[in-house]
Amino acid sequence: MFLRRQLPLMIASIMGITMIIQFFVPHPFSKSVYNTVLDWLMIVAAFTYLIAVQSTVQMHATKIQRKTQDWQFSIIVLGSLGITALIGIFGGAYAPTSLIMKIFPSIQPDADTPLMYFYLYLQAPMQATIFSLLAFYMASAAFRAFRARSFDATMLLITASIVTLGRVPIGQFIYGNMPEVVEWILNYPNMAAQRGILIGVQLGIIATSLKIILGIERRYLGGGQ
Amino acid sequence: MMKVINFLEDLDKRWIYLVIAIVVILPFLNPIGCPMKVTPPVQNIYNYIEDSIPENGVMLISVDYDPSTMAELHPMGKAIITHCFANNIRVFMMGLYPPGVGLAQDLISSTMREWNESHPENTKELGTDITLFPYVPGVSAVILKMGEDIKGTFNTDGYGNNLDSLPIMKGVKSYKNIDYLVDLAGSSVILSWIIYANGRYDQKFGIGTTAVSMAEYYAYINSGQANGMLGGLKGAAEYEKLLIDNNKSNDRDQASVGMDAQSSAHLTYIILIILGNIVYFVKRKQEK
Repeated sequence: MFLRRQLPLMIASIMGITMIIQFFVPHPFSKSVYNTVLDWLMIVAAFTYLIAVQSTVQMHATKIQRKTQDWQFSIIVLGSLGITALIGIFGGAYAPTSLIMKIFPSIQPDADTPLMYFYLYLQAPMQATIFSLLAFYMASAAFRAFRARSFDATMLLITASIVTLGRVPIGQFIYGNMPEVVEWILNYPNMAAQRGILIGVQLGIIATSLKIILGIERRYLGGGQ
Repeated sequence: MMKVINFLEDLDKRWIYLVIAIVVILPFLNPIGCPMKVTPPVQNIYNYIEDSIPENGVMLISVDYDPSTMAELHPMGKAIITHCFANNIRVFMMGLYPPGVGLAQDLISSTMREWNESHPENTKELGTDITLFPYVPGVSAVILKMGEDIKGTFNTDGYGNNLDSLPIMKGVKSYKNIDYLVDLAGSSVILSWIIYANGRYDQKFGIGTTAVSMAEYYAYINSGQANGMLGGLKGAAEYEKLLIDNNKSNDRDQASVGMDAQSSAHLTYIILIILGNIVYFVKRKQEK
């Protein structure tokens, strides 16, 4: 219980208070502590990838084992994960490795790596294609759902239409000062609303951070109670 | 009249998809080239790079987007790098997430290739004029660490060369030696740069983001935490226009060409909204 509850709470509290104090102390020792903590953070962040891979493999392996619905796709996921990792490890991420250049003499030191090739010519077009489908869904939604049902909806509809037109050159072609109108909308009504939201969010973040440091907020430890 | 209204009400969405496909594809085959005003947030970024970064100055571009928003953000990166090349400014590229580093590498190779082909008298070299920092996990920790020690954060460049051995690194230790930073992202990672790089280290900062996200960041421009913003494809097209108008680039590039398609698509959305509302009001009146 101590290891799972009290110890993490103590670490969070001590580190939180230490880093707040560190911020206000310009002594070289304080700087050194700060740099060490940053190095730790980067190392810990690297390990999160291991957890992500372990979790992905476990989830999809279970699906395949139990032959749940669409389990065949899990084979593709695991296969792609393994192949990509192998290509990256043996072929290099940014520059080709000597091993890959020995196997394929046509690959020169300044050439794209096989991983980069996969990324640019497989993953990038697939991801971009999926995202571009939004244009079609938005058009359908604009026709079917964007209705002036109430005063609020009408205001939203008018503003959105002005910004939609004003953010492309054809808006300026229709009305010369359209870009200025859009800039005014974004700079005044929009910014006022955004600021209100931001101040609220930041106050919430400060409150939550304090609660974590003081050990009041414990849900991040998981496990319900 | 009612025939048309009923037709529109029952219109199969596949017809709408077809219309969108046509209005997006046609301008690429037959460009219109609508005139375009440059908005102040774009002009501010251009002016800062033009007037406040000296020759051999240092620019950092963080590529924090993935291929899903590449259509909007990639042309921005290309335009800014071209501007830096034209002014002989050193460029550091990086990414806080793995997909961004891959796209940064693509930006470097494609922009360098095009630049060197069109400017044989002023060619650019990897490691001297531009380089790529490799991916290091940690996001906010990486941003903070760069404020203390850039070499200590990355050790080598993306191609495995020790940073100490690169001419481009001469005199560059931390944000203090970076004249300007532009983050290209379609996510809230921009806030991390504002909070940590600008807030803690006073790094001069510009934003490049998607059209759908830009409304979020006007507050930071107004407060002076960012000095300008390229918003969506139009932001990139405006930047390309500035480069052409100031003889730093010769041709309309990706963004400017794409603006015609975006113009026609946006106009189609407005027409669809109007038609949809006409149907709605006529039907509501009929029901009463």
